Amino acid sequence: MIDVTINGKKQSCSEGLTIAELLDSLGMNSRAIAVEINQQIQPRDTHRQVEVSDGDILEIVTLVGGG
Amino acid sequence: MSDSISEKPSQAEEVSGDLDQFCIAGHTFQSRLILGSGKYDSFEVMRESFEVAETQCVTIAVRREKLHDSSGRNILDFVDPSRLVLLPNTAGCYDAETAVRCAKMGREILRGLENPGADWVKLEVLGDSRSLLPDPIELLKATEVLVKEGFQVLCYSSDDPIVARRLKDAGATSVMPAGSPIGSGLGVINRNSLQIILEDLKHGDPDYPVIIDAGVGTASDVAVAMELGFDAVLLNTAVARATDPIRMAEAMSYGVKAGRLAYQSGRIPMSRYASASSPEVGVISKRQQ
Repeated sequence: MIDVTINGKKQSCSEGLTIAELLDSLGMNSRAIAVEINQQIQPRDTHRQVEVSDGDILEIVTLVGGG
Repeated sequence: MSDSISEKPSQAEEVSGDLDQFCIAGHTFQSRLILGSGKYDSFEVMRESFEVAETQCVTIAVRREKLHDSSGRNILDFVDPSRLVLLPNTAGCYDAETAVRCAKMGREILRGLENPGADWVKLEVLGDSRSLLPDPIELLKATEVLVKEGFQVLCYSSDDPIVARRLKDAGATSVMPAGSPIGSGLGVINRNSLQIILEDLKHGDPDYPVIIDAGVGTASDVAVAMELGFDAVLLNTAVARATDPIRMAEAMSYGVKAGRLAYQSGRIPMSRYASASSPEVGVISKRQQ
């Protein structure tokens, strides 16, 4: 298991997990989200290749109402 | 002493045919009302307000996805990206670096939706949480970075004409000065500075889009902004928090149209004293003229 921070909250997850697999495990609709790891945007077409590493800080964002 | 006071009459503008449209980054809009999507009591009221207002562009915000209970409805189920340009904002960012990250995340989400607004950002870099006024130095920094990264940057700005000019010089697609603080409902406070901004940014570049963003409270505020010569008005709270948002959305659309028509028509100069509308000769009165 590795430790990552997702949206400001520490979590444990399996080693070698790709971004896509992590999103699946979190049950997130992959259509309307964006992922950043350690302040670097992760384009959607890389989600099946890029693996999450120990200590990574992830931001997973979506669209909400705003002015 | 002159009889006329200092308000300058607007110039009558050539209108070609019936179409009065304006352009942002090559995209043509017929509606000059841009609406925010925040603060509505429900997505249904929001959607109905957009339809009644006939807006073609709405702003949205980027926020952390909920780790639990993310089964809720998404705003994208209530706005049609094929009909509306979605303009992601960087609201809540207080430094250039965070605003740039936020803009990139908004772009990433919108990519794949075939939305013209995917490379657009309503850039907000705030300087103070009470006034929500922009930090001009961080705003300029973020503008420079995002322009280099290929964004169409629509800058939420203060009403400072020099800052506005610097933002345009840095490559901003549009400068959007606040009429008054966000959500304040105070309307268009500093007309003089806003007129200087319009004259300056449109000098030799009349089609450069300059938009009033924030502060309007009601339809007359919108009309005032349009009469000054702004290309469009961006508002959110005035509709979303009105007692009847849908009806206020309709009122705002009339306000925009009335103000735009008045601007194009060339208003009369203001005068301190009266000017009779009826002939002054032939009056059946003994009173000496």
